[in-house]
Amino acid sequence: MDISTQKTQASPPIPQPTDAEQKRAARGATRPGDRVFLALSRGSGIFLLVIMAAIAVFLTYRASLAISKDEANFLTAFEWNTGTIPPKFGIAVLVYGTIVSSIIAMVIAVPIAVAIALFITHYAPRKLGGPIAYVIDLLAAVPSIVYGLWGALILVPQMDGLFGWLDRYLGWTGIFSWDGGPARSMLTVGILLAIMILPIITNVSREVFRQVPQMQEEAALALGATRWEVIRMSVLPFGRSGVISASMLGLGRALGETMAVATVLSPDFDIHASLLNAGGGTFAQNIASKFGEASEFGRDALIASGLVLFVITLLVNGAARAIIARRKEYSGANA
Amino acid sequence: MAKRIDVSGLTAYYGSHKAIEDISMTVEPRSVTAFIGPSGCGKSTFLRTLNRMHEVTSGGRVEGKVLLDDEDLYGPGIDPVSVRREVGMVFQRPNPFPTMSIFDNVAAGLRLNGNYKKSELQDIVEKSLKGANLWNEVKDRLNKPGSGLSGGQQQRLCIARAIAVEPNVLLMDEPCSALDPISTLAIEDLIGELKERFTIVIVTHNMQQAARVSDRTAFFNLAAVGQPGKLIEIDDTERIFSNPSVQATEDYISGRFG
Repeated sequence: MDISTQKTQASPPIPQPTDAEQKRAARGATRPGDRVFLALSRGSGIFLLVIMAAIAVFLTYRASLAISKDEANFLTAFEWNTGTIPPKFGIAVLVYGTIVSSIIAMVIAVPIAVAIALFITHYAPRKLGGPIAYVIDLLAAVPSIVYGLWGALILVPQMDGLFGWLDRYLGWTGIFSWDGGPARSMLTVGILLAIMILPIITNVSREVFRQVPQMQEEAALALGATRWEVIRMSVLPFGRSGVISASMLGLGRALGETMAVATVLSPDFDIHASLLNAGGGTFAQNIASKFGEASEFGRDALIASGLVLFVITLLVNGAARAIIARRKEYSGANA
Repeated sequence: MAKRIDVSGLTAYYGSHKAIEDISMTVEPRSVTAFIGPSGCGKSTFLRTLNRMHEVTSGGRVEGKVLLDDEDLYGPGIDPVSVRREVGMVFQRPNPFPTMSIFDNVAAGLRLNGNYKKSELQDIVEKSLKGANLWNEVKDRLNKPGSGLSGGQQQRLCIARAIAVEPNVLLMDEPCSALDPISTLAIEDLIGELKERFTIVIVTHNMQQAARVSDRTAFFNLAAVGQPGKLIEIDDTERIFSNPSVQATEDYISGRFG
């Protein structure tokens, strides 16, 4: 619509090139290159919205087919029986498992990623920082099924020592009690997810820390700040919103990670107080494990769970944006 | 508090590039010394060697001696961090910490140096802001971010931040070059007041400013681009601007230069 109005505004002056001002104005608006580029970029933008809408419509339609026949409470039931009559399934375990595994991953990955990024940008000599950054980039390129295999074959057997230690000293909390079974549990999944999201958080944080204005760092240095104090006074405040964005990118990957979780986790449909005992499940893992042999109806039910993951991801992104926006309107009272 | 600076045979490098060569001068306590000279002559580099900020730049290193009263800033076992706590610095562009309030900006240096009670902090912040002629403008909004102030106010906030830790020397690297004439005048007045308490060294491109604020003026020059900058002469400001002893100085201040 805008294109057509611009055309009508701009085309009349072309036949009268006598007035220099009119000519200049007309040239700015009607150059073919500009119009082609405008159409292309606007088209791409609209295309993206159409795709998102199509996905949402598809998920909602198929999900509604399944949920309307669900005899259990879709939000609270601890079971996933789509083949039975009547079908009974609910997402409570998946919500819990997805969020808990992602939280574990974030708690482990964010501090380490920020520390690595600070080391590369502010501590390491240039000769060392470059190769480290490169290796981290490589970590991001490893396919998730490879992480899954590594997790199942190497990480899981290695967890016994840690789990035994946690059980001995922190078992009384209940969260860290362990029945001695295989470590195909939420904590192992969380640790694996942490390794997987480490590169993206590190890389984005590194770029943010690198962009800290030199005069900000010099302001702290000139006051007699040590290197750590410079980081605390100048680098971290400047990079805070960027680190939050980076963490949200990592969280998005952790929430949706499929193959690695499906390979490592030994799932069931129950919420366990202990993070160390096998069991539980995540949205993506549940879909991957069940989709292959699911009936038409079973697939609709899985799609319903996918829709919930979609909504959770949207909420997380929205929350991250809200946090960043609030930081921008900094009031100065809590520094 | 104010101390004498005694520089002898100071040469500074960026990697293999020699930026300034063999500079010796004495800066008296409680005086204002201005550094003037064409761009690239090394006056800012020299200023930054006086609080060991030069070596922060990668490849930056220094030969020679800088004595603060009797203490060699480049002596063995001297921590650059503690040097910078003694020699404060104000930069070309105002650089308050953007995420800190006005109060926290002024208190930042104090908090680095040690434990102060809240009431002590409040007293020092008030005294420093008054010392920087900013108190009346900000006393009602100490908890607002410093980045909300005008450019001239921000620069005075940076001066308050620098003097809050009671340094012995205050270095100013073209402190007014990003400011309008009225803010510049406010800073110049302030420099006149601060020299009662501090030894002040100021780099400026504005020769009228050097003539207005300084007691002594040092003229720096370089033989050619790529050559190290050198101190041509240092003398009483009046003499430099009326009857300098070196021809190059006269050429520069009368605008016949380059």
